[in-house]
Amino acid sequence: MNGVNDFAFKIGTVNGTGSASANGLLMRSIFRMGIPVSGKNLFPSNIQGLPTWYEIRVNGDGHLGRAPELDMVVALNPATYAKDVAAVREGGYLLYDSSWPLPKQLEREGITVLGVPFGKLCVEAFEGDRERTLLRNIAYTGSLAALLGIDMQVVDELLNETFGKKPKLLDANHKAIRLGYDAAVELLECPLPFRLERMDATSDSILIDGNTAAALGAVYAGATVGAWYPITPSTSLMEAFTGFCQKYRVDPETNERKFAILQAEDELAAAGITIGAGWAGARAFTNTSGPGISLMQEFLGLAYYADIPAVFFNIQRCGPSTGMPTRTQQPDILSMAYASHGDTKHPILFPADPGEAFEMAVQAFDLADRLQTPIFVASDLDIGMNDWMVKKLEWDDSYTPDRGKVLTAEDLEKLARFSRYRDVDGDGIAARTLPGVGGKGAYFVRGSGHDMHADYTEDSAAYCELVDRLRRKFAHAITLVPEPMVIKQEGAEIGLITLGGCDAAVREAQDLLRQQGILADVMRIRAFPFQDEVKEFIESHESVYVIEQNRDAQLRSLLMIELGVPRESMTPILDYGGLPLTARVVVEAVAGAPAGVPA
Amino acid sequence: MTSIAKPIATHPRLKTNSLGLTIRDYEGGMSTLCAGCGHDSVTAAIVQAAWELALPPHRAAKMSGIGCSSKTTAYFMKQSHGFNSVHGRMPSVASGAAAANRGLNVIGISGDGDSLSIGLGQLTHAIRRNTNMLYVIENNGVYGLTKGQFSASADIGSKLKKGETNEQPPIDPVLLALSVGATFVGRSFSGDKQQLVPILKAAISHRGLALVDVISPCVTFNNHEGSTKSYQYTRDHDVAAVEADYIPVCDPIEITGLGAQSSNGHADSLRVVQLHDGGTVRLRSTSPDYDPTDRASAHQHISACQRRGEIATGLLFVDSGSRSLHDVLRTSSTPLVDLRHEDLCPGSAALDSLMKRFR
Ligand SMILES: Cc1ncc(C[n+]2csc(CCOP(=O)(O)OP(=O)(O)O)c2C)c(N)n1
Ligand code: SF4
Ligand SMILES: [Mg+2]
Repeated sequence: MNGVNDFAFKIGTVNGTGSASANGLLMRSIFRMGIPVSGKNLFPSNIQGLPTWYEIRVNGDGHLGRAPELDMVVALNPATYAKDVAAVREGGYLLYDSSWPLPKQLEREGITVLGVPFGKLCVEAFEGDRERTLLRNIAYTGSLAALLGIDMQVVDELLNETFGKKPKLLDANHKAIRLGYDAAVELLECPLPFRLERMDATSDSILIDGNTAAALGAVYAGATVGAWYPITPSTSLMEAFTGFCQKYRVDPETNERKFAILQAEDELAAAGITIGAGWAGARAFTNTSGPGISLMQEFLGLAYYADIPAVFFNIQRCGPSTGMPTRTQQPDILSMAYASHGDTKHPILFPADPGEAFEMAVQAFDLADRLQTPIFVASDLDIGMNDWMVKKLEWDDSYTPDRGKVLTAEDLEKLARFSRYRDVDGDGIAARTLPGVGGKGAYFVRGSGHDMHADYTEDSAAYCELVDRLRRKFAHAITLVPEPMVIKQEGAEIGLITLGGCDAAVREAQDLLRQQGILADVMRIRAFPFQDEVKEFIESHESVYVIEQNRDAQLRSLLMIELGVPRESMTPILDYGGLPLTARVVVEAVAGAPAGVPA
Repeated sequence: MTSIAKPIATHPRLKTNSLGLTIRDYEGGMSTLCAGCGHDSVTAAIVQAAWELALPPHRAAKMSGIGCSSKTTAYFMKQSHGFNSVHGRMPSVASGAAAANRGLNVIGISGDGDSLSIGLGQLTHAIRRNTNMLYVIENNGVYGLTKGQFSASADIGSKLKKGETNEQPPIDPVLLALSVGATFVGRSFSGDKQQLVPILKAAISHRGLALVDVISPCVTFNNHEGSTKSYQYTRDHDVAAVEADYIPVCDPIEITGLGAQSSNGHADSLRVVQLHDGGTVRLRSTSPDYDPTDRASAHQHISACQRRGEIATGLLFVDSGSRSLHDVLRTSSTPLVDLRHEDLCPGSAALDSLMKRFR
């Protein structure tokens, strides 16, 4: 840390005061300067008046997991002064609003305190409380531009793009940016020892959040029915889907819409609508989070048992119960894997970032149709709601959706009898028909005992035949779901297993450990069920750490249950406080622990 | 849900409808309900209505929840896809299917337990959404399948077989539906095919959700003296408000004698309501001032009957100008399931240009 293009800072403000757009402006300016950057919005479950922070990390090497330490904190919320001043690393900086004398709370040895009178400047320059409050954010952005060496031309360009159609706002923003910039240059020594220098490392990339990317994936996969009930942090997924559908799926002549979005009365209904639409032949999905997953349990079992395709996006947040709705975690691994009563298992995809959220959204719809079963896409708040730098999304126009085994009227003609649940190919997947096809194709879906003809049964043998077929189908899923990503290091004896949004921090930890002489291979699991390869990875390493974001080591449990690997062969590294993982947590756990000692 | 295949014995002289199908073609598996169960009569009325309307069986989707009543989707229209979902959640599954494929004739069957307790939320929201479907509640005042507990439609004072008395007020699905904006509300009695069949036909032809509450006695658990959902009680207290007579655009079937007369032979007022599909419902009300197109007076009439211990039946309310789910969503006239991938996927060029927004 603390060099050129390698530092991190955070801004503490009050939510609802308009700081979000200022923070976005900062991050985007750095990105436009060609420098890899990430932003983490640490916001409260509240609309206005509570503390909120935004962390920005700049890293020329492309390590964009949450920063292990903060070189500077911008403290603009008196309510969190004490916390904020403590968050600065030894030797770091604190920037505060010096319109008032330095509060006692902000005094600390070993750091440099910088003051710019943002409030006073804005009171003098602007009229009205609202405008002054909003523009104070832009003013601190201007000061940070001076302190960090942000190219003002880039900032101006972004302001022009944002407010181009609103000249009054544009002027005010330009003025506020200059106020902050000039004040910093006049009052402080600019730039700081850690600062920015133009690079060319972002030209093939974008800044996008995972919910937007997943929604785009749903559009590209051809999803037509979306059902949901609002819940943080999944809401923005359906909002984005709605926006893209309005852009791409409305017939310009007739105004007809090639999609149906239903805001249901609750998550039970959202699941029911999704399953009804999937059964009828649409690509259908719902997006939710922990509490919604709990409510959807009964329907998930029905869809599993009756072989109905459906896609469930779970944007995970801190549980249990309402938990911490605006904090991230990976707490639903087990509740997704075995959702519902009875013997049930569901494939899960684990995207690591928004780029993969886009790809996996598409894969999920193919898998749902192919396997005729609910598929989870397990994202989380960090991936879903934060802007990540990822490679530009690409689309292959030769893509054709895999609709799986669906019999047409002509196919049915050739059959003596259609048996909905007869496994002809040995992969556990039986051909289905869609309502409307008629004739021999009609069958009766039921959640009660049924045989291969979809007829009601209470016969043990017929029941077992059906549930055994579902087991074969799940085994077949292993051959279809995305394989793990492995990053090897020659001679490594340690294995680090992780999943989802932990990826960036774990890869960074791999680098940091190497610098300390500890060599580790990394395996990022991308789907459940697990391939044999995962078992081999565990067995071929002296010591294996499983890094995940929940209290109870759920991934490790699932690995134990499903692969039969002994508990002692995997040491959990657990980070469940609700903030995105940092590499430091992993390095300290691995370098601090004698190798091979079980937890 | 048991159903036993019926022996196929086609009667050479059975009449055919405009699709060339006989009434047998609209039947389903053999019922496994108790002999005399009201639900079986409702099944027979649905068979009759669907045959008379010449509903293409392959276009129908039979949806239900869980209960004796919900089993009945297996007992009619065997050539149609059916979906016996989970308890109280039929409306959402039906809404999903209807959203995905607007070409389906969705026939939903539920019970008073299924719709008025566990599924009350889903019922009301399907009504608000105005999903295009027929929604039948086979209402017996008890949970038949779990052996006779009170349901939420049991009247105060009604007695269980074992002697227990209900002291909680009932939910009347018809009044509830009216108050949450239902666009078609009817009520009948399972034993009155004359009245029920035309109501069902009009309901199936309605654009939007058509709720038909059918008093359907449970002979095993709720058909004794003291039960307000017994055959005897219903026969004695049934007050027909409006006789409906649905006439399709081109009606190939002889339907004389079906619902054409009012129950008491008064000089009735006749009202002809044009439906979206071009068909008409002819409404004959027993009281000349009854207006089935006015929500408030429908409400008043039903409540007044209730106060007198009577059950208002007939086609109680219809809003023929109703906007259904697809009208509100402005969904494409081609069913969503029939759109090609090219119609849905914006393609690589669009994605490329979209990427600028994220720079
Ligand atoms: C979640 C759930 N809870 C309870 C049940 C048990 N159950 C099955 S049917 C039923 C009541 C059905 O009553 P009703 O809808 O009135 O149908 P009827 O049998 O009277 O026709 C109940 C409680 C269930 N199937 N699912
Ligand atoms: S228990 Fe009652 S509702 Fe169920 S089948 Fe028997 S008579 Fe019908
Ligand atoms: Mg009942």
